[in-house]
Amino acid sequence: MTTATTGIPVRPASVGTAHTRIEGRDKVTGAAQYAAEVPFTDLAHGWLVLSTIARGRIRALDTDAVLAMPGVLAVLDHRNAPRVETDYVGFLGKPDPTCAVFQHDRVPHLGWPVALVVAETSEQAREAAESLVVHYEQEPHDVEFRGDHPDAYPVDAIMPAVTGKGDLEAALAASAVVVDAEYTTPEEHHNPMEPHAATAHWDGGRLELIDSNQGATWVLGDLAKLFSLDPASVRVRSEHVGGGFGSKGVRAHQVAAVMAATVLQRPVRVVLTRRQMFSLIGYRSPTTQRVRLGADADGRLRALEHRSLSATSTVHEFVEPSAGVARVMYDAGAHHTANRVVRLDVPTPTFMRAPGEAPGSFALEAAVDELAEKCGIDPIELRLRNEPDKGPVSGLPFSGRNLAACFREGARRFGWADRDPRPAVRRDGRWLLGTGTAAASFPSGAAPSTATATAHPDGTFTVRISAADIGTGARTALTLVAADALQVPPERVHVRIGDSDFGPAMLAGGSMGTRSWSWAVQAAGGELLERLALGTDIPPEGITVRSDTAAAVGALTPAERHSFGAQFAEVAVDVTTGEVRVRRMLGIFAAGRIVNPLTARGQFLGGMIWGISMALHEEAVRDRASGGPVGADLAGYHVATHADVPRIEADWIEDTDPDDPVGIKGIGEIGIVGAAAAIANAVWHATGVRHRNLPIRPDRVLSARAGAPDA
Amino acid sequence: MRKKLLMASSASSVITLKINGEKYTLPVDHRTTLLDALRERLALTGTKKGCDQGQCGACTVLLDGRRAVSCLQLAVAAEGREITTIEGVADGDRLHPVQQAFLDLDGFQCGYCTPGQICSAIGMIEEHAAGWPSAVTEDVRPEAGPPALTVEEIRERMSGNLCRCGAYVSIVEAVARAAEVCVDDETVSSVAGAKGAAA
Amino acid sequence: MREFEYQRAFDVAGAVALLGADPDTRFLGGGTNLVDLMKSGVERPARLVDIRELPLDEIQSAPDGSLRIGATVTNGDLAAHPEVRRRFPALAQAVLAGASGQLRNMATVGGNLLQRTRCGYFTDVTQPCNKRVPGTGCPAIEGEHHNHAILGASGHCVAVHPSDMAVALAAFDAVVHFATADGPGEVPLADFYLPVGDTPHRETVLPAGALITGITLPPAPVAAHSRYRKIRERASYAFAIGSLAAALDVQDGVVRDARLALGAVASRPWRAAAAERVLIGAPADAETYVAAADAELAAARPLPHNGYKVDLVRNLVVAVLTELAEEAAR
Repeated sequence: MTTATTGIPVRPASVGTAHTRIEGRDKVTGAAQYAAEVPFTDLAHGWLVLSTIARGRIRALDTDAVLAMPGVLAVLDHRNAPRVETDYVGFLGKPDPTCAVFQHDRVPHLGWPVALVVAETSEQAREAAESLVVHYEQEPHDVEFRGDHPDAYPVDAIMPAVTGKGDLEAALAASAVVVDAEYTTPEEHHNPMEPHAATAHWDGGRLELIDSNQGATWVLGDLAKLFSLDPASVRVRSEHVGGGFGSKGVRAHQVAAVMAATVLQRPVRVVLTRRQMFSLIGYRSPTTQRVRLGADADGRLRALEHRSLSATSTVHEFVEPSAGVARVMYDAGAHHTANRVVRLDVPTPTFMRAPGEAPGSFALEAAVDELAEKCGIDPIELRLRNEPDKGPVSGLPFSGRNLAACFREGARRFGWADRDPRPAVRRDGRWLLGTGTAAASFPSGAAPSTATATAHPDGTFTVRISAADIGTGARTALTLVAADALQVPPERVHVRIGDSDFGPAMLAGGSMGTRSWSWAVQAAGGELLERLALGTDIPPEGITVRSDTAAAVGALTPAERHSFGAQFAEVAVDVTTGEVRVRRMLGIFAAGRIVNPLTARGQFLGGMIWGISMALHEEAVRDRASGGPVGADLAGYHVATHADVPRIEADWIEDTDPDDPVGIKGIGEIGIVGAAAAIANAVWHATGVRHRNLPIRPDRVLSARAGAPDA
Repeated sequence: MRKKLLMASSASSVITLKINGEKYTLPVDHRTTLLDALRERLALTGTKKGCDQGQCGACTVLLDGRRAVSCLQLAVAAEGREITTIEGVADGDRLHPVQQAFLDLDGFQCGYCTPGQICSAIGMIEEHAAGWPSAVTEDVRPEAGPPALTVEEIRERMSGNLCRCGAYVSIVEAVARAAEVCVDDETVSSVAGAKGAAA
Repeated sequence: MREFEYQRAFDVAGAVALLGADPDTRFLGGGTNLVDLMKSGVERPARLVDIRELPLDEIQSAPDGSLRIGATVTNGDLAAHPEVRRRFPALAQAVLAGASGQLRNMATVGGNLLQRTRCGYFTDVTQPCNKRVPGTGCPAIEGEHHNHAILGASGHCVAVHPSDMAVALAAFDAVVHFATADGPGEVPLADFYLPVGDTPHRETVLPAGALITGITLPPAPVAAHSRYRKIRERASYAFAIGSLAAALDVQDGVVRDARLALGAVASRPWRAAAAERVLIGAPADAETYVAAADAELAAARPLPHNGYKVDLVRNLVVAVLTELAEEAAR
């Protein structure tokens, strides 16, 4: 039974004050251990062999030669690997079968795992894996993503594929001003700094996985189902996680490591190479989006259409729901949105920081900027005129929509009032200067979680929750939340995370982690405090209470719950070299209760930097002939460097929701939303050219000549 | 199998590495990089493997006092050199000023690029103190004098260290703060000035 | 990576003797390119001869203005050297524009000249590539080539040379010195790289078994007024999509001397001799600069997706020469 504690703490609140990270010292001294760094005696190393064709069958594998190589212990492939079960519903629904390796001879994409070579050392495993000759029966493949692909179809996923109201064509015909444009975003990869790594071993009949993941409950549940194990006989630990961004779920390497540890009965570690990550951990699908806006001369929308196409694999449906953002941001009498996919011979895409909202906000917020230009209305004013008073599609009330306040505060601090709206009229030496803005939103959800809180006789407390700190600062935030719930200083609270033995909990994703976990920690802490108030003595083993927020989360009243934000960017563009540099950025967010201002700033700024990277740099290129990625490394796939990032600012405004017992909205994703659009809009303001295809590469800037203002 | 590995062969050697002032003697497969020797053989896992091909900087260590990526340094070829890793930059319990600044200013998120960022910053501050120019130094001629360590200079000089979490803003703040400890007053004022101007 | 023997050389003769004529042996300098290529399987040597301890790590400046740069000088030391910065600022800038501080501290001058292309098909051993495996084809021509060659390429290979340093060296008439078992030799950098033709796997004229011992930069007063500009797809730590090393001597509004070399446009650093011929003796103005660039670019044969490099190079030439001329006038 959960008690949602909302009582005002007796002592000054820890939540809302800046605290350096609990594990900060370990991280700056190198003492923090990540998944591939936990020592094991008798450890064997597994190395995945990936397919070199994009579609077909495995005809033969010359494993004998490899088994004779120095140090090689085993080769697992579809002929000898343990069988796994894939017909189940896991934490996030039906599993992507690309994690179920070595079950059949079919190859659905280039980079598909066809074997695992296990050896005594990683050097031996790598050489043996690269020496394994695999014979294929190759079939023609199709990896070409394009907006007019004839096989596209709508898919209901985390949201309905299609929504619609009103007569779109009639509303467009009646509009004084119409924007009709197509926007594209490329294939993007998470590239967390820590490659995916898992060590599996059997310990007294129990399977333990030391893993780099975003949710121990998630990974445990899927592994138990895949291997038909009692969940109680599986333990998943992930003390420190070197970034995830949506990519660290259940993947081929964990399954392969468990298989090898089971076959060899010794610990086996499988670490992905950076190149392998481009095929095995998911990615953000490319999108093609068409946005049509129709408005009266005063900028008020009569018609809105947002249609998005993304790609998925031939074995699993994953939708990048880019059109979803329009269902929250703007209303119109005729309002139509659709998310469609096309199946290609490519790896299955997955969640990547702000799935849907990141590419969707680029298209929609760029289109709104174009509408403002055509109407001759300031883009902030145009947005304010179109603020909806309820969910445009759901009809539900907003649980707080402080977008207008974000724009007002941001405009003041950015100096927006002095902006000359004309494009291509500001110059600083070889650079043309421009500014742009965009709106941001991201859903604020919660999922059931459990936590325990233990009071010790020495006056300290231990809180256990199967949370994951992938860099968000969750460990520190939960410490502050627990301290307030227990009404003690944070120094007296020890929060332990990253261990499935602590009970089921939400994963670090969807900007729901800290919100969901805090709820459970707050409940456990509050209940423990009530128990202690009875004055019972604390035995040596302590007093432990357990919370489960399932009922409380389920009791939340239906509403449109979102974070909001206003993004501002100033860019400099040299049209003779194609270089685009962001000079400054400001993001103002309304994102609920901010637990730790120090780490929260990092979350917002990190998201905005992802926006810079998305706008200017990131793009994976898929080779049509081979079906594989070209330049699949960090020199070929550019993410922003130090030199690409100016001094940018992120701040937030008061954003309370009295209806919400926890008040935290989640801040991991909103920072990227709208950021690329703000930059693209600024590039237009600098140069007079609309760049509707990301990234805004030098060659695209160079190729955009006067008289052809669309790139 | 493991015994076979330990035997000296034409493909392996017994080497002595000097790391953080300590000597470690170990047999290594010639293929073993310094990075893998540190992480897999010597339990010095503070040095991180991000890309294993010189494209991210997470594995940065100091070789003879200069920053280098340990993933492209063969362990056998590192014999005879002074190696400093993240485990060796603090003075006992007292953090190095760069470490302290990273901690205080939250110059990291997931922490995986952090040891490399810190080692890189330590090496970079030394390079700057030695008068080395960078790609953003307006005039590289010696007559122009040593460049001030502005935030723009810090960003360029630290660009070999990727941070996917996007902690760049606070990393630069941390490096600037630490450099104030390590470099002269003139540089301090220019850093402060640049910060103020950009804000 | 296959197993390999490792030996350390302590003098040049010893290094050359250790290498012998063994095609499966490689010299190991900083390792920043070789070790990477060994990991990706592009290079599979059976033996490495480590040359980092050879006494080739000095930069000597002669009173006549020339510089002799040892082959094992690191890129970091090269760019920091006062005489390099004074006499050949574009060389220091070019080195500083390359890679990262860490990599520059490891990479050597000799190795930099022998860097292999970063073409994504070359570095992926699962792909065909004429440069890596002769006769397998060049998928870049029909595939991803937006950062490939516009000059001097062939139907067999369109990859570009990745070095920044070599572009500046090309502009300043560097001479490459090497040692072989038969004694020392030298070759001008202009002749060092082979044309692509139908043998893209053969990249330089170095005799089999030769060790690069150093580079000489002859006296070049014009080089004291020089600049390197590099354009890339992010602000730092990326290979060029186009670059220019330029030196300009303008007197009384007339170009007296000029040096131009281009990067990321060909399989080698591209000395822009045709452009220099247009420049020298002509008025130092934008019209001349455009004409010079166009003279060089007349031979450009862009592919469907890299035509922008023609515009980029033209704009770079005009911009950098204009800056150099304006500075000279001040």
